[in-house]
Amino acid sequence: MAGSSVSVDLTQAMVTAPVAAADWLIVAPSLITMLGGSLCLMLRKNTQLQPKLGIVFLVLLVLSSAGLLVHVLNHGVITMVMGGWLPPFGIAFTVDPLGATLTLVGSIVALCAGIYGVVTVDGTGRRYGFYPFLLLLMTGVCGAFLTGDVFNLYVWFEVLLISSYGMLILGNDRIQLDGAVKYGVLNLVGTNLFLIATGLLYGIFGTLNMADIAMKVSELGNPASGTIATVAALYFLAFAMKAAAFPVNFWLPASYHTPNIVISAVFAGLLTKVGVYALIRIFVLILPESLDYMADVIGLVAILTLLTGALGALAQSELRRLLGYLVIAGIGSMLAGVAIGSNLAISGAIFYAVHSIIVMTALYMAAGVMFYMGGSYDLRRLGGLYQRSAGFAGLFLVLAFAVSGLPPFSGFWPKVMLVEAAFGDGRAWLGAAILVSGFLTTLAMGRVWIYAFWRGGPEGTPDGTGVAVSGGGAAQLGGAAPWLPMFVLTALIVYFGLQPEWMMNLSIEGAGGVLEPRGYLQSVFGEQG
Amino acid sequence: MRTIIFRTIAPYLAALMVLFSIFVLLRGHNEPGGGFIGGLIAASALAIFGIACGVASVRRAMVFHPMGVAGFGLFIGALAGILSFFTSQPFMTSQWLIFHIQDVEIALSTPLIFDIGVYLVVVGAIGSIALALEERESD
Repeated sequence: MAGSSVSVDLTQAMVTAPVAAADWLIVAPSLITMLGGSLCLMLRKNTQLQPKLGIVFLVLLVLSSAGLLVHVLNHGVITMVMGGWLPPFGIAFTVDPLGATLTLVGSIVALCAGIYGVVTVDGTGRRYGFYPFLLLLMTGVCGAFLTGDVFNLYVWFEVLLISSYGMLILGNDRIQLDGAVKYGVLNLVGTNLFLIATGLLYGIFGTLNMADIAMKVSELGNPASGTIATVAALYFLAFAMKAAAFPVNFWLPASYHTPNIVISAVFAGLLTKVGVYALIRIFVLILPESLDYMADVIGLVAILTLLTGALGALAQSELRRLLGYLVIAGIGSMLAGVAIGSNLAISGAIFYAVHSIIVMTALYMAAGVMFYMGGSYDLRRLGGLYQRSAGFAGLFLVLAFAVSGLPPFSGFWPKVMLVEAAFGDGRAWLGAAILVSGFLTTLAMGRVWIYAFWRGGPEGTPDGTGVAVSGGGAAQLGGAAPWLPMFVLTALIVYFGLQPEWMMNLSIEGAGGVLEPRGYLQSVFGEQG
Repeated sequence: MRTIIFRTIAPYLAALMVLFSIFVLLRGHNEPGGGFIGGLIAASALAIFGIACGVASVRRAMVFHPMGVAGFGLFIGALAGILSFFTSQPFMTSQWLIFHIQDVEIALSTPLIFDIGVYLVVVGAIGSIALALEERESD
């Protein structure tokens, strides 16, 4: 380079048009959390300052992702290419309504977890880096939702996985290390498959930009060629592992009950949904033809996942493991939406993802409160919580109804959409599986309700009598910190249940954006694209 | 491992390696080198110093905890990308500041800051892993 003075036409290679300040909202969620996470990492020893700093950055995250969603809804899909290189050579962040919606919901959940963590994560946990890990986890989650480049998606997966490993072993219990090994091994295999598939994809198309691949796939003559089928199958297996779909679901109930309850709440809310999101991105946006011959496989996996999750939940008496199985059942519903692949079905899957992020986090948080009130996560040793706090019992009932998909809460509408799409598409089995799974989930949650809340006391308490239960950590429930996040999340669940139009329109718009990606392609390559 | 020869040589060797790592870091923009490889060299210097003279003296010499160093690296790496906000260019577009001191051209740029950030992240992360492993060994 030195000494050469050849004049180069920069418009051929670089973005030369000035970038509006509002477009910086595209990178803001990842950037804010990265700055906040590194700042918290530097101040790791200051356990008093960390929660405040962490929550400030999480509030900024929520504000920026809300701003991003508004910007995307007003201006359509927006793209920013890192370093100013033109796509497909520069790494693009492309934000459509789907990515922006999930980013916003994920940010809200993370903020709630940050507030809840003030109570449940003690000084040791903070010194080991709860807040830095939470913020860096959100860097990865937001990056995955916002990026428009397949390899970059892989990188964000790694970022969020590394943070999640750190969170999983926070505290260093033997049982946590046991859970972390299972979680780590399976996720390593999953990410490797992801990487191999991405390498093959690059070999076929010579590009990793999602919009570029989407255009080249439609130009390719024979979409069902063996190589693309291999890539599609590899991606499906990789993302199914992340999403904990049957038969690669065993790592989730084996690891999610081991860490601090707020960490379980964040994982249950966010991590599996990133897998589902990636599945929608890859199969619906960039390899739509492969969905034709993968649909039956995905449908079968969805049915088995729905049933495994619900039956597993019914069989468990450990509250956190039970909730882990409910996460899996939810994944089955979303996979069913992907398998059907119509606009209504994908909208249903997106709405269900939003619902599941909120309700699973809230349920784990409620489980934490139940532990502090009743002194155990074991259903046999819980009881009499209704006497202890009728208000909390009501809140739990709302969550139980929502997760079972009963009206008038947020779980009802996406299930209606999915079932309608399934029967309309001639996949009655899929619709039936969703309904059966919902029924079994209702039974499982009813069991929790009867054991933990309705009866007088733990196992052995005679009928008709009540025992005053007292948990070990009752004093920790004094402040507003554990209650506020649960109220916020429950309020969202009630709101989406009573006023579903807003969220429904948003998910229909999100589904339209991936099914008819014209706006997505134009945003990356300009009008002629 | 703690022979007298090794213990005498190690501080000089470590100092030389850190110096070389900074050289590799700075030449990295257009030639082989850069923040990552420089950081690895510096982290191995810390490891050698730790094996010879004990982990405690490495921690004393570093002043800051390695994880804090890594955090700082990530922080300035992210900040380096933000500077292009003020010139209405996309995130991470490189900004250059070129001036001459007598006949020498000095080129300061945001990629350099980013590279220093990468260097610190690698030194901090690999260094803290190495020190933790050495600490276990000496127990």
